[in-house]
Amino acid sequence: MPDIPAYTDYHPRWLRRRVSTYWWLGNWSYFMFVMREASCLFVAWFVVYLLALIRAVLQGEAAYERFLALSARPWMLALNLVSFLFMMFHAVTFFDAAPRALVVHVGKTRVPGSLVGAGHYAAWLVVSAFLFWLLRGT
Amino acid sequence: MRDHITLQVARYLPEKQSEPTFDEYEVPCPKDWVVLDGLNYIKDRIDGTLSYRWSCRMGICGSCGMTVNGEPKLTCATFLADYAPGPLRVEPLRNFPVIRDLIVDIGDFMRKLVAVKPFIVRRYEKPVSDGEYLQTPEELDEYKQFSMCINCMLCYAACPIYGLDPKFIGPAAIALAQRYNLDNRDEGAAQRMDVLSEHAGVWGCTFVGECTRVCPKHVDPAGAIQRYKLTAAIDAMKTFFMPRGA
Repeated sequence: MPDIPAYTDYHPRWLRRRVSTYWWLGNWSYFMFVMREASCLFVAWFVVYLLALIRAVLQGEAAYERFLALSARPWMLALNLVSFLFMMFHAVTFFDAAPRALVVHVGKTRVPGSLVGAGHYAAWLVVSAFLFWLLRGT
Repeated sequence: MRDHITLQVARYLPEKQSEPTFDEYEVPCPKDWVVLDGLNYIKDRIDGTLSYRWSCRMGICGSCGMTVNGEPKLTCATFLADYAPGPLRVEPLRNFPVIRDLIVDIGDFMRKLVAVKPFIVRRYEKPVSDGEYLQTPEELDEYKQFSMCINCMLCYAACPIYGLDPKFIGPAAIALAQRYNLDNRDEGAAQRMDVLSEHAGVWGCTFVGECTRVCPKHVDPAGAIQRYKLTAAIDAMKTFFMPRGA
């Protein structure tokens, strides 16, 4: 495709509006979309947090105690709570989107999108139950 | 209910003004009148200089798409009574250059539509004497939803990505490409992939989803794009791991 639509040079009097920087604030759907995109930052934060935890464990008991103390600070608890909420939002929007991209056939029959979505939630439940069981034993 | 409603209609006369203005018109508001009826009433009875595009009045031609109270709508399928007591604001479709009043230039969309080859591509056409290309109901169901597109471009007007990056090939063109890719009579998927799998193709889409919400024909262009992303990704993996073919 050409980089610039071919009409641009030839019709200078046509009205062309620039999209506002704040286009996502005037419409609820656009706002939720930007929040969904922003949730990636919190996913990245949890990855960094997990790596920091692993590093503290590898460095020994004193480092681990320092990491626990840091994690117990109010601002860190608030950050992790907000991150958790964004992670949930990220997961739910991802699972809701999955049936739109994933069309599954069994033989010649197309599996309904609701079942594909339900499968994702079921897998989430199973993994969560396993982690709960694993952590309860510690 | 009031028997009249005020329409605030965007006016843009390129030979006279550099910015659009709004003119107000009082039009009748019977329960069976759509916004297009109101515009036709203005054109016929109040102000013959108003310019807008329309044709079939029944949601088939896709000509009368406009922005109604901030939402992309087919004006032939949007009832005035639903907006009573008004006023009701009618503007041209967003994300397109405005030629005059409510008329936008659709040249960019038409060029993109042609680029995805929205027709059945065959390597070899069998002779007419061999009969039709038969298809089962299940095979029809695979693409029927995407074949409902009427090229009204409401999805482009709702898509912020297209507004920000006009190079993005856009929802309707991709949905129509999928309409033919999923048709078992078609053999042109590889040719369409050259256009669809580039950056301005499906990868430009960040799945806002508004295209699907505003579509008057329930085509689900966002779903078509996400499905094609999966197809393109699998194809890229196959090319990477099996460069000489499976």
